[in-house]
Amino acid sequence: MIAEHLPALQVVIPLMAAPLCILLHRASGAWFVSLVASWCSFAVAVALLGQVQAGGPISYPLGDWAPPWGIEYRVDMVSAFVLVIVSTIGAVVIPYARASVEREVPSDRAYLFYCMYCLCLTGMLGIAITGDAFNLFVFLEIASLSSYVLVSMGADRRALMAAYRYLIMGTIGATFYIIGVGLLYMMTGTLNMADLAERLPAVAETRTILTALAFLTVGISLKLALFPLHLWLPNAYAFAPSVVTAFLAATATKVAVYALIRIYFTIFGGIDVFETMAVREVLMGLAIVAMFAGSLVAVYQNNVKRMLAYSSIAQIGYMVLGISIASVTGLSGGIIHLFNHALMKGALFLALGCVVLRLGSAHVRDLDGIGRRMPLTMAAFVLGGLSLIGVPLTVGFVSKWTLIQAALERGWWPLAVIILLTSLLAVIYVWRIVEVSYFRPVPEGAADIAEAPASMLVPLWVLAGACVYFGARAEQTVTIARAAAATLLGVSP
Amino acid sequence: MRGNIILRVASKLLIPCILLFALYVQFHGDFGPGGGFQAGVIFGSAFILYALIVNIESARRAVPAVVSRVALALGLLLYAGVGVAGMFLGGRYLNYSVLAEVPTTGQHLGITLIELGVGITVAAAMITVFYVFAGEER
Repeated sequence: MIAEHLPALQVVIPLMAAPLCILLHRASGAWFVSLVASWCSFAVAVALLGQVQAGGPISYPLGDWAPPWGIEYRVDMVSAFVLVIVSTIGAVVIPYARASVEREVPSDRAYLFYCMYCLCLTGMLGIAITGDAFNLFVFLEIASLSSYVLVSMGADRRALMAAYRYLIMGTIGATFYIIGVGLLYMMTGTLNMADLAERLPAVAETRTILTALAFLTVGISLKLALFPLHLWLPNAYAFAPSVVTAFLAATATKVAVYALIRIYFTIFGGIDVFETMAVREVLMGLAIVAMFAGSLVAVYQNNVKRMLAYSSIAQIGYMVLGISIASVTGLSGGIIHLFNHALMKGALFLALGCVVLRLGSAHVRDLDGIGRRMPLTMAAFVLGGLSLIGVPLTVGFVSKWTLIQAALERGWWPLAVIILLTSLLAVIYVWRIVEVSYFRPVPEGAADIAEAPASMLVPLWVLAGACVYFGARAEQTVTIARAAAATLLGVSP
Repeated sequence: MRGNIILRVASKLLIPCILLFALYVQFHGDFGPGGGFQAGVIFGSAFILYALIVNIESARRAVPAVVSRVALALGLLLYAGVGVAGMFLGGRYLNYSVLAEVPTTGQHLGITLIELGVGITVAAAMITVFYVFAGEER
């Protein structure tokens, strides 16, 4: 019986955990509830991926209202993969959260932290699973509103300002998205994604649909922090509690990229928006600028959290670049980078969280010799950094290899050169941290600091290990990503 | 507002009517205009009016922060719980028809409970937001 209800449970388990956190009111109880909810979600997501691999897409009509009238949860390869990404990060981050939250969030608000975390997880899983364009908006808002609260819980007072800015930009993004959906509804009379895909080609040549596409693109691009719309991201990541930064950096932008993929390849699946509506030029241009600008700005940052935040903007550029190539290889490069980037950025931010726990700062000048004071933490950081650069045998290499392959398949070799050049920029900013932490002496008179507790080191090393494991054994993820891309493009893999 | 007798007497008369009207909007929601959200806002506004006219301390005695916080959580749990109940009784999540012997009775029951959950959560949220803005409660 449970197998049949997995799609609903995926969202309902974390949703019901959130009010339980409020009722329990104690940090330890709330933490335990979120732990159980996250691990259950992870199990459900893995089971769903198995079901989809074995038997094709699953449709779950909520309340037994048949689609397209009712809300449909629809799990295909792409959504199953994103569900696994989000729930994996959730399951890894939450054991880590306990010690880190204790240090960075006031204890009387810790239960609210876990409540918001559960809601955020609910929202992101919901975005990935829903087959209804309006329902996606609802989940987008659940995820966003809770992440504004999570960001605002940072110890630094500037976190409030960062969260406020994120709130304004995020709300504009959501409004644009819903205007786009409204325009689509006006022209087709339906909100179900599959139904929209069938009805759109008939009205594709109208200005309303073009406007809708523009609103949807801008709205979701704000949420995923695509280059000129990224201004909310660096401060939000820099001042949020460390756990939140790791969790959001590894998931929030990923589900937004997923939403963008859904719009272009499912909702507008009947129309080739890349050829007929100039989507490719816009996306590819912005992605390339993001890759350069994000990496360049990252080189000059002195707060390591901010540095990684700017690097995220560059990495989002790679994902969007993959989408804009719009071939099976290109799209699978974008999708696989969702997973790989979640692993590496998760590992990097978790490592940074350990440093903040012991050192109280993530500033480059405080990191002198940290590699010798916290060897395990910094070794994981280096692994994450190598992935970011794209060194062979790490996941970053797999993503970039696939993207370069896609560019060459289309004969666009300048793109391949650009990908290599921006990787070199990543070498610069990762090396800066390595140099400071390993080749500088520990400052005179610095207090002895211990390695981070095991509850934080284990999650950190799970992600860092995964960076290497999935880098060396890439066939599994590449196969899934290719199957997902093929489903989206409607061809056989 | 100690001295403002007209306001105090008028709101004393109004508050019970507001609460009653909120309940009407709540439970008449499946036949006419209304529903949980509107009812919750109206219900919460009665307490906010009370706090504005009398004082915030008395309002806190009437509905302590603990109560509004628990209600906030219980409303959502009620909503999600009805959905899960439908799942256990053989339907899909949020299928009301299976909640009772006769499908239409089940549908009435389901939507009433769901809207009640919405109403409780919205009322509690309104009150909590007001308390937070009004002061000490963080």
